[in-house]
Amino acid sequence: MQNIWLLVSKPDNIPIVGLLFLVILYTWWGFHRGLKNDRQDLSEEARLSEKIQVWPHLVRVEFLATLFVMVILVFWSFLIDAPLEEAANPTLTPNPSKAPWYFLGLQEMLVYFDPWIAGVVLPTLIIVGLIAIPYIDVNEKGNGYYTYRERKWALWIYCLGFIVLWVSLIVLGTFWRGPGWYFFFPWENWDTHRVVALTNVDLSELFGIPTKNPDTSLNPVAFIFGAVVVLGYFSLGLIYWLRKKNSEILKKLGPVRYSVTAMLFLCMMSLPIKMVLRIALNVKYVWVTPWFNI
Amino acid sequence: MLKLRDKIQQSEIWKSIFRHNYQDTNRNRALQIVDNVFLHLHPVRIPRHATNIGFTWGMGGITFLLFLVLTITGVILMFYYRPAAEYAYDDMKYLMNDVAFGPLIRNMHRWAAHAMVITVMLHMFRVFLTGSYKPPRQFNWGVGVILLVLTLLLSFTGYLLPWDQLAIWAVTVGTNMARATPLLGHEGPFGPQLGMRIDNDVRFVLLGGTQVGPPTLLRFYVGHCIFLPLIAAVFMAVHFWRIRKDGGISGPTGKGRE
Ligand code: HEM
Repeated sequence: MQNIWLLVSKPDNIPIVGLLFLVILYTWWGFHRGLKNDRQDLSEEARLSEKIQVWPHLVRVEFLATLFVMVILVFWSFLIDAPLEEAANPTLTPNPSKAPWYFLGLQEMLVYFDPWIAGVVLPTLIIVGLIAIPYIDVNEKGNGYYTYRERKWALWIYCLGFIVLWVSLIVLGTFWRGPGWYFFFPWENWDTHRVVALTNVDLSELFGIPTKNPDTSLNPVAFIFGAVVVLGYFSLGLIYWLRKKNSEILKKLGPVRYSVTAMLFLCMMSLPIKMVLRIALNVKYVWVTPWFNI
Repeated sequence: MLKLRDKIQQSEIWKSIFRHNYQDTNRNRALQIVDNVFLHLHPVRIPRHATNIGFTWGMGGITFLLFLVLTITGVILMFYYRPAAEYAYDDMKYLMNDVAFGPLIRNMHRWAAHAMVITVMLHMFRVFLTGSYKPPRQFNWGVGVILLVLTLLLSFTGYLLPWDQLAIWAVTVGTNMARATPLLGHEGPFGPQLGMRIDNDVRFVLLGGTQVGPPTLLRFYVGHCIFLPLIAAVFMAVHFWRIRKDGGISGPTGKGRE
């Protein structure tokens, strides 16, 4: 029980507690106001559309917000000192070694994917995917006001990415990961000597196809199996297109926008899928090749 | 007294500084914005919902405020800090123990940095929820994503500077991934085939060595104090300019739904 207090009150972890609180508050607020707008025939924003002078109306709000933020920041800085640990020592690796909190989602992904995916490919796709959002979202409704009904899909997908796959992995990495990056409950004391005997298997091995031959060379059957699974997963996008290409939404998207959207969506979903495979079935790799493993 | 006031207000010096009087007229309210270099980023008139905290959450503005706080406290910290491995940690100790208001300045810098990462994520969340990235604001959303990345990089490079255990190991974990960059890292797919070694790949360039060491400290310092803030300031200028050019803050057209 002591451990949970130590974790929550660690100066560098306080922002995460704040983040969690604010994300819950704002998610509730966004959906609440969206649903409210949906029930009325004039949105809250449209009702406040008369023009007003920036001086004094906006400048006043900015001034009050500045005061508010500065008061909090100064109090926070008086009460809690930024950490300063022992001097840097390259020969003494702390356990666990954690990245700064905003990168803990990426560090957590390292459990499920090799570093080239978790540390390089997925972050790049996150950035590219975010920039692509305005160009692939062809729904012209819901521009400039809160709504739920008019943008259900967009909202759910964004919340899945932001809340489930980003914020909650940060919280997991901060409060649930201990020495050896093992899973500890926040109220559990960290046992630095814990070793968990895990026998990880590759997906093909669950189907009785060994990844390696007895002489440790790669088994071509397993290689082909993995290729079929991975390429098959990504061709789901194509299959969906062929079946639904006459639906209104896919017509509006067109082939280029659709392929980008489908690729990004499938890449995003590969994370929760791999998490389930790993946690439930101890699957290490889906596809082993001589050059890279997925 | 009143005479004196009038005299001062009629003087050449006063009039050269203040271009209009302060009677509460719409004309003066407009001039107050347009004639002030710090306020003229604003339009003169805006729809009421733009001042509604329930709409913007004020998060973009707060992010900018925190950036300003970080710039000011950061410059003060620079007076006490030398980015060399033999001094950096001792300078931090000195700052925390012997400099008047040293801890306050450092704490404000640290906590404002954490807070900025949070507010920028929330700002983006709000922009998404109100659909404000939709035409004509697609490009400004992209500028925003770059600002998000810059904010994270600023925070990350700053994390190393105290040169304590927390700093070097967090940065070690963070930069280790660069080993695995496809093509460009010595442990990434096709990296070895392209001749990548631990002493010439992309991580080596980033760190200035094969591990986090004194050259890394200098690289991160220059990036943190000069390069990244400059780039971020340029992108912010574009961001704010674009908000104006895209017709001010987004809002419902017509009734609020088509
Ligand atoms: C350093 C980071 C940033 C700063 C200082 C900043 C600042 C601002 C400010 C002051 C506004 C005015 C409205 C408001 O306060 O909400 C704004 C609007 C906007 N921001 Fe940012 N922003 C930043 C990052 C971002 C990010 C990460 C995104 C999205 C990916 C983004 C996208 C936008 C868009 C699309 C608007 C227009 C919103 C509308 O018209 O309703 N910005 N920004």
